[in-house]
Amino acid sequence: MAENRIHEKSPWQDITEGNQIYEPATSRQFCTGEWRTCTPVYLAERCRQCLLCVPVCPDSSIPVQEGKRQAFDYDHCKGCGICAKVCPFGAIEMKEGK
Amino acid sequence: MAIRERLSGNEAVAYAIRQINPDVMPAFPITPSTEIPQYVANYIANGKIDTEFIPVESEHSAMSAAIGASAAGARAVTATSSCGMALMWEELYVAASDRLPVVLALVNRALSGPININADHSDSMGARDSGWIQIYAESNQEAYDNFLQAYPIAEHASVRLPVMICQDGFITSHGVENIQLLEDDKVREFVGEYMPAHYLLHEKEPMAVGPYAVSAYYMETKRAQREAMKNARQVILETAARFESLTGRKYGFFEEYRMEDADYVIVLIGSAAGTCKAAIDEIRSATGQKVGLLKIRVFRPFPEEELANALRDKKAIAVLDRSEMFAATGGPLGAEVRAALYSAGSRAEVVNYFYGLGGRDITVDDFKEVYAKLERLARTHERTDMYTYIGLRER
Repeated sequence: MAENRIHEKSPWQDITEGNQIYEPATSRQFCTGEWRTCTPVYLAERCRQCLLCVPVCPDSSIPVQEGKRQAFDYDHCKGCGICAKVCPFGAIEMKEGK
Repeated sequence: MAIRERLSGNEAVAYAIRQINPDVMPAFPITPSTEIPQYVANYIANGKIDTEFIPVESEHSAMSAAIGASAAGARAVTATSSCGMALMWEELYVAASDRLPVVLALVNRALSGPININADHSDSMGARDSGWIQIYAESNQEAYDNFLQAYPIAEHASVRLPVMICQDGFITSHGVENIQLLEDDKVREFVGEYMPAHYLLHEKEPMAVGPYAVSAYYMETKRAQREAMKNARQVILETAARFESLTGRKYGFFEEYRMEDADYVIVLIGSAAGTCKAAIDEIRSATGQKVGLLKIRVFRPFPEEELANALRDKKAIAVLDRSEMFAATGGPLGAEVRAALYSAGSRAEVVNYFYGLGGRDITVDDFKEVYAKLERLARTHERTDMYTYIGLRER
């Protein structure tokens, strides 16, 4: 699939009908994290792994492995700050900029 | 053998929907198209068809649900009029740019305001840039016939565009006329099964419909959409030819009535053509004056070349618009017919009239007056009143 992908130099004849995309999960390749103006910082030493931050993230940017949250996915985190708001332990702080 | 019946335009379209048995019909009632979903709901309740009817809370939702159903791989239909279509505005463009072959039964009614429930073309003419194919009917028979041709055009692999089948509110939608219907099995064979190449519910092919297109893609996408609209020309004619071999009823981009030797021609869309034809017959038998009519059936795609060829050598042409566009000049049909004639180097005199706005009546005598004016214009070439009205009260 990947080699057939249309790109920014593709002529109009190659554009798929209605821009349809015939493969799953391509939004992962779209780094919406570039839009971020504030960045959450994870303070692991304060974190009790309650995982409250995980389900509230609108961009699924807090990965979990074996019941423990991992570092932020900054490719997709837009810096909304909801995770910092819900964290009961002050383990997420928001800083200005990317 | 065809079935002889007497039906209103709304009944005829609902009958066609029953025969096609589409998968999904989301709809919201609005005068004068309310009866279409009402009759279809009856067919469903009586077990005649298994269409999924979605009683949505607005026309915005009706078109959204039709888009969703179509993207999922279903054959979708809806019906509306006037402000109902205005509320679909955003989705009309989405259906077209996502290349979803939704069919909309539009019963033309004037847009508010002032609020009015009668026929004019302001609703569909307002949506003329939305990317939908637009096919108009003069009579109930044509509304039925056009509806049967809608899916074969919309779903054709080289087209894949939504189609609106338009008829004039109350005049044809509620007027009962003799009509010839096809048998159910013939309709099913003519329309065929919908087999989209890609659709969201295809379990082996995950896909995305309607993704964001940044400026690096938007223009190419629109160009590709235009190609589909150009391809529709051929498909519309092929579908009409197939329909003719089935029914004997001939359709094209437009109908020419007594045009072979005509010098003075009226161009219009919709039900007023019947009145115009009556005027033509009377004039020709009374005075022999060579008058004719070109009735547009397909407004999108616009049949520019064919139209110009049919009109270029006429002496004088009146283009009749049943909607305003507030250019403070003429109406949309007038502008496009003039452009077509100009491109073809025609020297015909052209005058643009507004008529029938908000259901204002137009009579045989009105048409006779237009033809008399055309004859005078061709003789004197006096260029006054190039944008004028029929049936307007003036001091």
